[in-house]
Amino acid sequence: MLKKRIIACLDVRDGKVTKGVNFVGNKDIADPVELAEYYSDCGADELVFYDITASSDGRKLFTDVLTKVASKVFIPLTVGGGINSFEDFDRVLKCGADKVSVNSGAIADRTLIRKAAKRYGSQCVVISADVKRHKGEYRVYGRGGRDYTGIDAVEWIKYCVDEGAGEIVLNSIDTDGVRNGFDIEMLNDVCGTAKVPVIASGGAGSAEDFVELFKSVPNADAGLAASIFHYREVAIHELKKLLDKNGIPVRIC
Amino acid sequence: MLAIVDYGVGNLFSLRSSLSAIGAEAVMADTPEGLNEADRIILPGVGAFADAAERLKKSGLFDAILKEAAAGKPILGICLGMQLLMEKSYEFGEHGGLGLIKGSVRPISDVIPEGFKIPHIGWNELKFEGHPLFKYIKSGECVYFVHSYYAAGSPSVIAVTDYGAELTASVADKNVMGCQFHPEKSGKTGLNILKSFCEM
Repeated sequence: MLKKRIIACLDVRDGKVTKGVNFVGNKDIADPVELAEYYSDCGADELVFYDITASSDGRKLFTDVLTKVASKVFIPLTVGGGINSFEDFDRVLKCGADKVSVNSGAIADRTLIRKAAKRYGSQCVVISADVKRHKGEYRVYGRGGRDYTGIDAVEWIKYCVDEGAGEIVLNSIDTDGVRNGFDIEMLNDVCGTAKVPVIASGGAGSAEDFVELFKSVPNADAGLAASIFHYREVAIHELKKLLDKNGIPVRIC
Repeated sequence: MLAIVDYGVGNLFSLRSSLSAIGAEAVMADTPEGLNEADRIILPGVGAFADAAERLKKSGLFDAILKEAAAGKPILGICLGMQLLMEKSYEFGEHGGLGLIKGSVRPISDVIPEGFKIPHIGWNELKFEGHPLFKYIKSGECVYFVHSYYAAGSPSVIAVTDYGAELTASVADKNVMGCQFHPEKSGKTGLNILKSFCEM
């Protein structure tokens, strides 16, 4: 039976891991390579690295980090942040990424997903959508939640999957950093019938939140979190034991 | 020395790193001579079957793999590399494979029930009764899969996984072996599989 995945996310700026609350006020936490190894040993099923640097110097530091991680950690690695072109896909895949997550880049260039999926395969292309409620509708935001795009989230995700995106990360801006649980309502409304894997992101505050996620959102394949893992408030191996006890299929290692 | 067949498909960085993590020295081989010098061979692969088979033929590696297999060298196909070991594939038409393992490559949509997502992505249990490739792992350990096609009708299945239907996870016929999953992305379990291959 296919297992539900637990994914640890690392926001990397200038070669270091950070995690913000509601996307503002990032502070440095730890060495990404060390943290990645720790997570992998604890039973993380996958790691996501978000490059939140803007400068080209930072970008080089990021790919150096990625190369180091990929030579030491042998679970799937996804890279996001700053993916705006076909060349960006190439750049991070060469450094050991298995999947590439696009967000604003896919909004700016509506052909990016199709081009990338054709060259690298759909399994490699992840659409990451930052979504927020706006006057009763789900809308997509760009640039790490700063730009209101006016795009309807349900239509956007359908478009991206039709274009060849092989996985969806749905990040609720409404619950991100709040640590009061995943956005169950938004996940079901926006991704309830998606035919590709759905990764829930934003809002995990406790191990119980993951139990609630998988029980209440049958179409969720994975839960992603950052801060609760970084601050060691939730240990991944303990989380998996709890999920297993609740009848949710997970990889115990 | 182990050679990884380098024919321009897929990302070989992780595979090389995982081999180095278990202390195996791997070289990239893009010529028949490179394969001839090796004592064991890994055939990786991601992407479409027909394109990959064509690339192998153009570079002379197709015949070279057949020759090394006949000479008895251990060969391990991974993911698309495993599918290439089969007789033929029905991915976008009908295409011939290496034919080192009996059976054909067919879409998983032929056998899995409705409601199961395609591709089959994620960690799933490896179920087997015993094979030297699995001497360091237990049946039921999880490995990482990413695929939409599978090896069908093969008498050489040595491991399966359950995704609504029983799908071929691994095949073997004497010195020629294949894994549909990615051992280089399957944590310690995967490294243990690569380790046993390197000891053959």
